[in-house]
Amino acid sequence: MAVATADGSPHRPGKRLTLRKLFASRSLSVVLYAVVLVLIIRSTLTGVAAMGYDWQWYRIPAFLFRFTEDGFQLGEIGYGLLASLGLSGLSFVIALLLGLLVALLRLSGLVVGGAVARVFLELVRNIPLLVLLYLFYYVLGPIFGLDRYSASILCLGVFHAALVSEIIRAGINSVARGQWEAANSIGMTRGQAYRYIILPQSMRIMLPPLTSELVNIVKSSAIVSVVGVAEMTTAGRNIISKTYLSFEIWFTIAAIYLLVTVCISAFASYLESRYSVST
Amino acid sequence: MPTDQPIIRIRNLDKHYDAFQALKKINLDVHQGERIVICGPSGSGKSTLIRCINRLEEHSAGQLLVDGIELSDETRDIRAVRQEVGMVFQQFNLFPHLTVLENLTIGPIRVRKMSRPDAEAKARLYLDRVHIPEQADKYPAQLSGGQQQRVAIARSLCMEPRVMLFDEPTSALDPEMINEVLDVMVELAESGMTMICVTHEMGFARKVADRMVFMEKGEIIEVAPPAQFFTNPKSARCRMFLDQILEH
Repeated sequence: MAVATADGSPHRPGKRLTLRKLFASRSLSVVLYAVVLVLIIRSTLTGVAAMGYDWQWYRIPAFLFRFTEDGFQLGEIGYGLLASLGLSGLSFVIALLLGLLVALLRLSGLVVGGAVARVFLELVRNIPLLVLLYLFYYVLGPIFGLDRYSASILCLGVFHAALVSEIIRAGINSVARGQWEAANSIGMTRGQAYRYIILPQSMRIMLPPLTSELVNIVKSSAIVSVVGVAEMTTAGRNIISKTYLSFEIWFTIAAIYLLVTVCISAFASYLESRYSVST
Repeated sequence: MPTDQPIIRIRNLDKHYDAFQALKKINLDVHQGERIVICGPSGSGKSTLIRCINRLEEHSAGQLLVDGIELSDETRDIRAVRQEVGMVFQQFNLFPHLTVLENLTIGPIRVRKMSRPDAEAKARLYLDRVHIPEQADKYPAQLSGGQQQRVAIARSLCMEPRVMLFDEPTSALDPEMINEVLDVMVELAESGMTMICVTHEMGFARKVADRMVFMEKGEIIEVAPPAQFFTNPKSARCRMFLDQILEH
């Protein structure tokens, strides 16, 4: 192909590229996206209309929050959101601590420590989250006396600790060898070198993947609704079972999850830009 | 002049990397206040030797004593030795996330358990001695290479070491910055610091060295005072090496 155009007339490459150029142009892409979007929405609406679905969006805000004579009050979804955030936050803290421990064990060079860390990683990585949750709630729960809330937090923390530990390990390994040598040469212990020299530098590298892990935790926290933890997804299911507003509620809940994760990502890119300046 | 008890005593030191032998039966005594310059072709084991002295590399056989403490697997001893032995690296290895002042104080505060005001006073004193007192609050990336290396020297000095090791301290510098670093090293030598320098800066070696050590293929070929070393080296290999680097 390349040879043919090189040998051909000078106009040919231009002609050959017109179609590609056309598709690459911004105006056409916008039109294409718009057409596709309109088609999707139209077919949804006609489908809904054919079902005779009765939209009742006006009932939704009351489930989020309402103003009564007592003042501002959260609705069921509002409380669910708070519970989801609390659940995700606590799980993230557990994932961070456990992940750091596993990462340090793997990097320690200790035979037993490394083996323990690897067994943990293989176990957690190869069990589906839902099954892990059942294990924590139905098996470990009765044994260790965990209620559904703490079993769920522990499960999410353990599951995400596996990924967090890989992020931390990569972050630590990315710090140049010379930094270890410099820390050693002024007489620091291994722990001091980690704390004052290595971890602060790897934080910058770990921040973006750790944020996406937080976003993942927020999303996977929805799964604990299957063991009846009162978080946002459970709230949604409860409302639907009473009101049959399934379309409105699921759209709303999806939008709230989206909003939360977008906010986390935005905050992360703000942090990133702040820290990258002071290299 | 040198006391009889050497501060560094190296006996029959061997270092293997798998099949490759980087150091062969090295013997060297360094006395308090002595300035040693080690030179030789690349790959001759110069860096490996001085990295063994503060155990950034572990030797495979032989004996290495620093200030009477034998370097072995006992980590407590190694840390004690490292506090007495300062190291300046080719690539500076400053801590990029800390300011210049923090780079200088973190060792004294965390390792020597010195109070922050004392550590900062000492840091400013040594920044003054390397002629960059005004850069204390900058980050390493904001400094030139020569300034960074002088900060690295000051960082080592803040630990009040008894010996300073220099591993090709000017090799990573632009030519116009070499002298500012060498000037600091000459001043340090004149202050009586015990120094072991791996360097190709022969002008510096002539000026400060008490003894020149020539290494090749993991062995010490020749040890001589600079006057004799530069004008009348005994071994042919050493003469060849000097001819090559002094040609220009």
